[in-house]
This record gives sequence, C-alpha cells and structure tokens, in this order.
Amino acid sequence: MRGARPLAVPQVLHDVLAQRSGRIGFVIVCLHLSVAVAAPMIAPQDPAHQDAAAMLQSPSLAHWFGTDRLGRDVFSRTLLGGREAMLIATLATVIAMAWGSALGILAALIGGRTDAIVMRFVDAMMSIPWILMVMLFVAALGSSSVALVPVLGFSYGLSVVYLARAATLDFVTRDFVVAAQIRGHSRWSIAATELLPNVQDSLAVQGAMQWSWILLAVSSLSFLGMGVAPPTPDWGQMIADARGIMQRAPWALIWPMLALSSLVIGMNLAVDAWARATGVERNRRVPGA
Amino acid sequence: MAAVLLERIGLALVTMVIIAVVVFFALDLMPGDACSVTLGRGASDSMLAACHARLGLDQPPLWRFITWAGDFLRGDLGISMQRERPIAEIVGWRLRNTLILAGVTSVIGIPLALGLGVLAGLNPEGPLDMAISGVAIFAMTVPEFISGTLMILVFSVILGWAAGVVTIGYKAPAFELVKASILPAATLIFILAAHILRMVRASVVEVMQSDFVQMARLKGASRRRVIWHHVVPNALLPAISIIGLTMAWLLGGVVIVESVFNFPGLGRLAVDAVADQDLPLVQAIALLFGLIYVLTNLGADLVALILNPRLRTRRQ
Repeated sequence: MRGARPLAVPQVLHDVLAQRSGRIGFVIVCLHLSVAVAAPMIAPQDPAHQDAAAMLQSPSLAHWFGTDRLGRDVFSRTLLGGREAMLIATLATVIAMAWGSALGILAALIGGRTDAIVMRFVDAMMSIPWILMVMLFVAALGSSSVALVPVLGFSYGLSVVYLARAATLDFVTRDFVVAAQIRGHSRWSIAATELLPNVQDSLAVQGAMQWSWILLAVSSLSFLGMGVAPPTPDWGQMIADARGIMQRAPWALIWPMLALSSLVIGMNLAVDAWARATGVERNRRVPGA
Repeated sequence: MAAVLLERIGLALVTMVIIAVVVFFALDLMPGDACSVTLGRGASDSMLAACHARLGLDQPPLWRFITWAGDFLRGDLGISMQRERPIAEIVGWRLRNTLILAGVTSVIGIPLALGLGVLAGLNPEGPLDMAISGVAIFAMTVPEFISGTLMILVFSVILGWAAGVVTIGYKAPAFELVKASILPAATLIFILAAHILRMVRASVVEVMQSDFVQMARLKGASRRRVIWHHVVPNALLPAISIIGLTMAWLLGGVVIVESVFNFPGLGRLAVDAVADQDLPLVQAIALLFGLIYVLTNLGADLVALILNPRLRTRRQ
C-alpha cells in the first residue's frame, strides 16, 4: 500500500532520449518552452507597436521576419505569440486531468449502474463536437482567456474519463483491490492508494497529449476570434490576420504557422517516444474529442 | 438481431435526449440569458421583463425545456435574437450547404482513405508506407486552420488552380456549391483520410499476420486472391466504426474549415452566431450537430451489424 509515487522523471527522460524521434521532439519542445519564458526579455520590439511607415515590409535587419499589415514586428510577435495559449493550455490540462481521472477511476471502481449512467453522460457530451461545446459557453460568457480555462478544462476532461476508466478496469478485480475493500477502506482511499499508482503512467502520457490538443484548441479559437484577444499577440490570431495579405506579405503568415506546427509536431514526437518507452497504449487524437 | 437493433436505437434516443438537456441547461445555468446578452448592460428592468415575456423566459425552466424540445421536433427551432427571423429559415440553407460539403468529402475521402490504408498496410515500413504514413501523421498533427491556409497558399495563390475564398451566397444552386467546395473538401479529406487510413493500415497489418492468411498462403492461393478475398474484407470491418467516429471530427472540423474558406454553411453560421452572441441560434446549431452525429454513428453501427454477423448476438 503506497500513495501515488512521483513520476520517475530521470527514467522517463532517459527513455525518451534513447530514441531518435524522442530526442528531436524533446529538443523542439524545450526550445519552444525556453523561448516562451525568455520572450519578453529577448523580443527586440514592442509586439503591439504599430508603425504606419513600415507596413508590409519584407524581412530586413531591422525586422528579421518583416512586418505585418499594421507595421508590427513579426519576429517579436512570433516569439511572444505562444505564451498566452501555452498558459491557458497548462491550466486547462490540470483541470481536465484532475476531474477526468477522478471520475473515471471512481466510475470503474464503483461499477454497476453508477458507471453506466456516468458513461452515458460522457458519451452524450462527446457527441457534441468540442468546438460547438466551447462556442456554446463562449456565447454565454463572452470570449476571454479566463473563461476559456474552465470551459476547455471541462470539455477536454471528457476523454480523460474514458481513458482513466478503461485503464482502471484492468485493476479493479485484482486481489490487492479486493483485499483493500475487505479491510474496509473507503472508495476514495482505494482510488488514491491502490488504483492511481497503477494508472498514473497512462494518465501522465495522456496529460501531455491533452496539453497539445488544448493548445491547438486555443489557437483555433484565437483564429476564429474567440480566443486570445488583441493586443496580446497569438499565433492563431496572427495567422487569421495575415491570411488576407498572404500574396503581398507571406512572411507574416509563414512564421506563426511554422511556430505552432513545430511545437505540436515536437510534442507528438516526444510523447510517442514516451508512450513507447513506458509501454502505454497512447490513444491518437480521438476524433471528436 | 432484433434485440440488438432495438438496443442500439434505444441508446441513440437516450443519447439524443441527454444532448438536448445538456445544450439547454448548460446555458440556463450561466449568468445572463438571451435577453440580457442581446440588450446589453444598459437594459432597464422593464425592457428585460418585456423581452422575457416575449421569449417565454419568465416560465419555469423545465416547462421551457419541454416546449423548446417539442418545438424542435416539429421543426420550429425558435427565433434568432440578432436576425429577428425564425432559426429554421436561417439554418435550412446552410445545413444543405454543409451536407453538400460533407457529402463531397466523404464520397471522395472515404474510398481514398481505404485504398491508401490497404496499400500502406500491405508493405509496412516500405517506402510507400513511409510516404503515406508520414503525410498522414502530418495531417493529423497540424490544426485544420493551418492545413486550410496552406491549401489556399499552394493551390490558389501559387498555382492559381482554384479560388481561395468562396464568394457565392448561401442560396446558390447546388452544383455551384459543389464547385465551390473543392478546396474546403480537399482540406477536410486531407485530415479525414489520414485518420481512417491509419486505422485501416493497422488492421491490414494485423490481418496479414493472422493464421487464416498464413493458411491461405500455404494453400498456394495467389497474392491477389489472398489480398482481395482474405485481407481486405476482414481489415475493412473495423474501419466502419472508425468512419462513424470520424464523422464527429468532420462536424467539428467543418466549423473551422468553413470559416477559413468563407464557405456559407452551418459551421460558419455558428461562428457568426457566437460573435453576435445569438444564444438561441448557437443552441439550435449545437443540438443539430449533436443529432447528426448520433444518427451517423447509429448508421455506422447498423452497417457493421449487417456486414458482421458476429456482432448480432448480445454481449453479456
């Protein structure tokens, strides 16, 4: 009987780095994270500063990535453009993992009618495409980064319920769980001390994946004008903004696209390597999740 | 067979009811309602009360839900706040347009995905598989709005093959919409096919290693016969349920892809409705999408039942 053990970070790192795709992914993600942290210090110009005299300039020494339709420095905006989305994704992932795993583990442990009812609800909620679910709330609450965190945390937690339940079902009939039940332990205590340690590897891998899906969701919402609001620079918003001028100023479009794509691809490579190393069946982006 | 069939249909009905409850009460529990959101902060109490009475918002929630759901079943989707017109009228044409887009996508995308999946799975790790799977993983990883924008950049701006942005109105004749849906459908196919072909590839690889395929080979059946008579039918069965699930993605993807290409469908209408804070319209569209999803999945289930006798007995 032990509580949730801390993830063996050195071991995980070693396993991921032992694979070539894992190394590539890890380097890309680390690069992105350090840029995100250091961006306010290293961005050469104010990302919101509009310069009517320097609109749509091609890349130069003064503007490495050129300028956009309002004369803003694309290099500075690209450096800073992932911060808000990453912050929202991180907070929403914590919420999604917390309630999703708790509900999934308990549903599997209690079983019977409770389990059936919970899963029917989760099924039904997942039949509404996530984006419409989020839009439903955005329409009511207005679009703000603060409102997005609980909304995304809720809708992305649904697929975590599935995963946590499926992973737990392998263990609920094992002797050590039955023994704990006979000893008279409460459900919460069995879930926390017997089941959680056995499913936390799958959950951790899933959490890393959730993070990159939520990041994509935030960027997509920003692209649609429902996510990160100006003047805060954001990749999705920059892409939406530069679409109309892609013929004249392709640089304003390419850099944010490259930044977002490389982060997500890097994350996928790293998580794939991690899943292979721990032997966890990592589910691909569930359609509709 | 009949019992399984009834069970599936019953579950689908229960799911529909739950979706309706969620869509209705999710907004009901939020601060603010259609009236306060539309009239804004400056609305006086008497204006709010008048608006509430007009929309029936002064009734108890349960009663409102029953009338809302009942009206929905009769085809009355309520009144749009911003557009001051019946929602059914606004939604009807866009629904047709979205169905045209989804139809073009599925008719081309699904056979393409099945074919490519089988090709990739027959020679796993071969050069063809590496190429197909590589592109598929890219398509599954990169978000829809980037794929769509890349499509415009390559096929419209650089090559000049097709117009990047749809300019026709939502009441345009059907064949014009089919023409306008080339690039949006290509974007959806790119992603949809990636999901399906990965599944088909995996199941082809699995079937190729199964005993009955080994047996057929040992009997001396030709490669062509093994592939067409033994591998393909068995590998495609699991794909059917995946196609059903992928429709859910397609419905969500449609929202973004339609916005990228300015395609006059239900998805873009939803985005506009959110921008206008038109709550009744957003609710109606969400419910509609949920129902389409359940029906599609039910359809996929039934097709799987017809094709695979093993599913027809009740699992205990």
